[in-house]
Amino acid sequence: MRQQMPKQDPAVRRTNFDEVALGFTAEQALAEAKRCLNCKKPLCVQGCPVEIDIPQFITLLVAGKPDQALAKIKEKNSLPAICGRVCPQENQCEKQCVLGRKGEPVAIGALERYCADWGRANQAVEPSCEPECAVKGKVAVVGSGPAGLTAAADLALMGYRATLFESLHAPGGVLRYGIPEFRLPKAIVDYEVGNLKKLGVEIKTNVLVGKTITIEELFATGYEAVFIGTGAGLPYFLDIPGENLNGVYSANEFLTRVNLMKAYLFPEYDTPVRIGKRVAVVGAGNVAMDAARTALRLGAETVSIVYRRSRAEMPARREEIENAEEEGVVFRLLTNPVRLEGDERGNLTTMICQKMALGEPDASGRRRPVPIPGSEEELPVDTVIVAVGQGPNPILLQATTGLALNKRGYIEVDPETMMTSIPGVFAGGDIVTGAATVIAAMGAGKKAARAIDRYLAAKKEAGK
Amino acid sequence: MKIIDKKQLAPEIVRFIVEAPQIAKKAQPGHFIILRYKENGERIPLTIADYNREKGTITLVCQGIGKSTYEINRMEVGDSFLDLLGPLGKAYPIKKLGTVVCVAGGLGVAPLYPKAKALYEAGNRIISLIGAQRKELLIMTEEMAAISAEIHFSTDDGSFGHHGFITEPLRQVLAREKVDEVVAVGPVPMMASAVKVAREFNVPVVVSLNALMVDGTGMCGGCRVTVGGETKFCCVDGPTFDGAAVDFQELLMRQRYYQEQEKEAFHRCKLEEAGQE
Ligand SMILES: Cc1cc2nc3c(=O)[nH]c(=O)nc-3n(C[C@H](O)[C@H](O)[C@H](O)COP(=O)(O)OP(=O)(O)OC[C@H]3O[C@@H](n4cnc5c(N)ncnc54)[C@H](O)[C@@H]3O)c2cc1C
Ligand SMILES: Cc1cc2nc3c(=O)[nH]c(=O)nc-3n(C[C@H](O)[C@H](O)[C@H](O)COP(=O)(O)OP(=O)(O)OC[C@H]3O[C@@H](n4cnc5c(N)ncnc54)[C@H](O)[C@@H]3O)c2cc1C
Ligand code: SF4
Ligand code: SF4
Ligand code: FES
Ligand SMILES: [Mg+2]
Repeated sequence: MRQQMPKQDPAVRRTNFDEVALGFTAEQALAEAKRCLNCKKPLCVQGCPVEIDIPQFITLLVAGKPDQALAKIKEKNSLPAICGRVCPQENQCEKQCVLGRKGEPVAIGALERYCADWGRANQAVEPSCEPECAVKGKVAVVGSGPAGLTAAADLALMGYRATLFESLHAPGGVLRYGIPEFRLPKAIVDYEVGNLKKLGVEIKTNVLVGKTITIEELFATGYEAVFIGTGAGLPYFLDIPGENLNGVYSANEFLTRVNLMKAYLFPEYDTPVRIGKRVAVVGAGNVAMDAARTALRLGAETVSIVYRRSRAEMPARREEIENAEEEGVVFRLLTNPVRLEGDERGNLTTMICQKMALGEPDASGRRRPVPIPGSEEELPVDTVIVAVGQGPNPILLQATTGLALNKRGYIEVDPETMMTSIPGVFAGGDIVTGAATVIAAMGAGKKAARAIDRYLAAKKEAGK
Repeated sequence: MKIIDKKQLAPEIVRFIVEAPQIAKKAQPGHFIILRYKENGERIPLTIADYNREKGTITLVCQGIGKSTYEINRMEVGDSFLDLLGPLGKAYPIKKLGTVVCVAGGLGVAPLYPKAKALYEAGNRIISLIGAQRKELLIMTEEMAAISAEIHFSTDDGSFGHHGFITEPLRQVLAREKVDEVVAVGPVPMMASAVKVAREFNVPVVVSLNALMVDGTGMCGGCRVTVGGETKFCCVDGPTFDGAAVDFQELLMRQRYYQEQEKEAFHRCKLEEAGQE
């Protein structure tokens, strides 16, 4: 039987920001690892975007060698403590696991997390670089989300001097400002950033590339290649009346106030956040679940997810949907907000919603929600958090002449080389694909690092 | 990020000159920065009131109105801000227009000054109208006088210049002569009335909006303002906007959303300070 990871009790955890899932015990990890059949043609590996040698690391775990298991994982994935926690495993590695056909797949993510946590607890030796490491060249990495962190780490390991430029005051991208503490403790992000520094990566925060410095100027100051991993950080709104009332947050703003600025510790921390008694979160992805569960922890009495499609279409990780439900988040499905209303002080009071029915499948293959006439209902609310997706932030894109974008406004790259329309400028992660996953962004950072190495090597060869 | 000069301009209004070569190199009129002065501090937007590219410095003028600005004003020469990000926002395009009336209310002179100076350097005739609550809160008057063909003052209590709001001298100037643009910077009600007067005379008017901000890079949408019926992000689309199109009522309400928390934070800060003495 698949091991169940112990979790904080729902009634307790909804009042604190501590991590919800507590990780396998050593016994559980062993029992779970033993379930793996060590397949000759492991399908699970095909489901992992960075192709971790899953049967191998699990075998090492069974053999009582968590250090070697971790090293095996790290050959492909430099951030296992993070991926083990936030990957949508049910759609990736675990979806393909043969055991899943008849019963339950191996808990690959939980085992990966176990190895990484073991490494942190036992101060496993992390790869490091002496400052006098062979320096093959200087590369600038823009954005410190999973794409940028991975690209910088891999470049450093290959012997490049990599500098990370981040506009916020702390590195990590969504791992820092988006995903909450109770799902991904910031100590883990700090630890991984610390490892990066040990590799000799220089981190420059408070640099908004496009404003503080341009890509052209980066080349002029000696960087030989640039990787852009700026993510999809521009919040979309619903475009309905009343959206600028007080109490309407984008999920980005709400989560940034709480995670990056630690508003949940106000007034010890200076940034405020206001949460009412009744909160509605619009959307049903990971971002929406994070916002809803954060709202509960800030003391909201009722928190609803308002989603215009049905349960089957909810894009969030299954585990987080279950966690949200256990904690008491109410799901108002097939419900679409059409208008927001407020009082004379501009404070939100009501969300007017329309009931929906599922019609014919649309371009995405999902059944299109259509409004049911005369089904409007009023929902009293004092906070609405809009989590309906993000787009590309225009600052860097507009400041960089000659950078080709696709129809949706994301950066166009050669799928093989990850190079943009500007020679020597590479890109990957959400800024290329649109909002996706941590592991996909890491995969892109990895691929780009290899491509940058090939590009610079070829350039040097040609210059000889 | 080190403070190399500090000057008290008026009660609770301090001018800092800060080492920030990268920002100084890029700064243009209309730009602002976001700073954090300590680890558990919030991100505070302040306008770049002046810059010196050769010396690699920027000038900030900060009015202590709440906990963070009050504490910032207690920093000293030699101290450093923890974080300083910029330059942010869209630069205000400087053109030769002819006669430009620069209207400032209170601390608004500081953000207005770089625009006025650049307009002057571009060959415009500047008429400056500066208002404050009382005489001792009139700041940067010499700097403004140096670039102005004409300068007038007003105070709410009549302690200097015209007794009343600065919009009255504005009306007089606009009634008297042809003006090509009005630039108004100050508290929201003051900008709103300046816009009203300028529109009566059909003169284009630009304003600088100070919406609540967090990141200042277009990532949170907390700074949204309605301009011409559309939602704009003040930090990336502004902070300079066509005043005639701005929904000031909405801006004013949004600015007040955290008032209770802000009061509590400031109160605690004062208590702590009293406790230490
Ligand atoms: C709340 C939330 C929860 C999520 N949960 C999950 C999950 O459970 N599992 C999962 O797999 N995925 C999840 N995702 C998606 C995942 O986090 C993203 O797909 C991933 O972080 C993308 O990585 P990235 O490196 O491309 O960009 P980001 O993580 O967005 O990082 C980009 C960084 O670049 C910086 N930047 C932007 N512009 C500039 C500039 N001009 N100059 C300098 N720096 C700049 C930004 O400040 C940011 O730090 C979640 C996303 C959110 C928002
Ligand atoms: C683009 C821009 C340029 C600015 N330039 C200057 C300047 O040059 N000099 C100066 O003294 N002030 C400037 N301000 C205003 C300054 O940012 C606020 O006075 C300061 O943030 C107040 O913080 P506090 O903690 O001291 O006060 P609080 O008591 O927390 O707040 C007092 C009032 O300040 C405003 N405010 C609070 N937090 C923020 C925030 N994060 N962002 C914006 N406004 C906020 C609100 O209206 C609030 O009611 C500017 C604001 C913006 C948006
Ligand atoms: S990185 Fe993600 S997809 Fe790959 S094995 Fe780990 S949990 Fe599965
Ligand atoms: S498919 Fe499942 S059982 Fe087979 S190796 Fe992978 S994890 Fe083990
Ligand atoms: S301050 Fe966050 S988008 Fe403008
Ligand atoms: Mg404050």
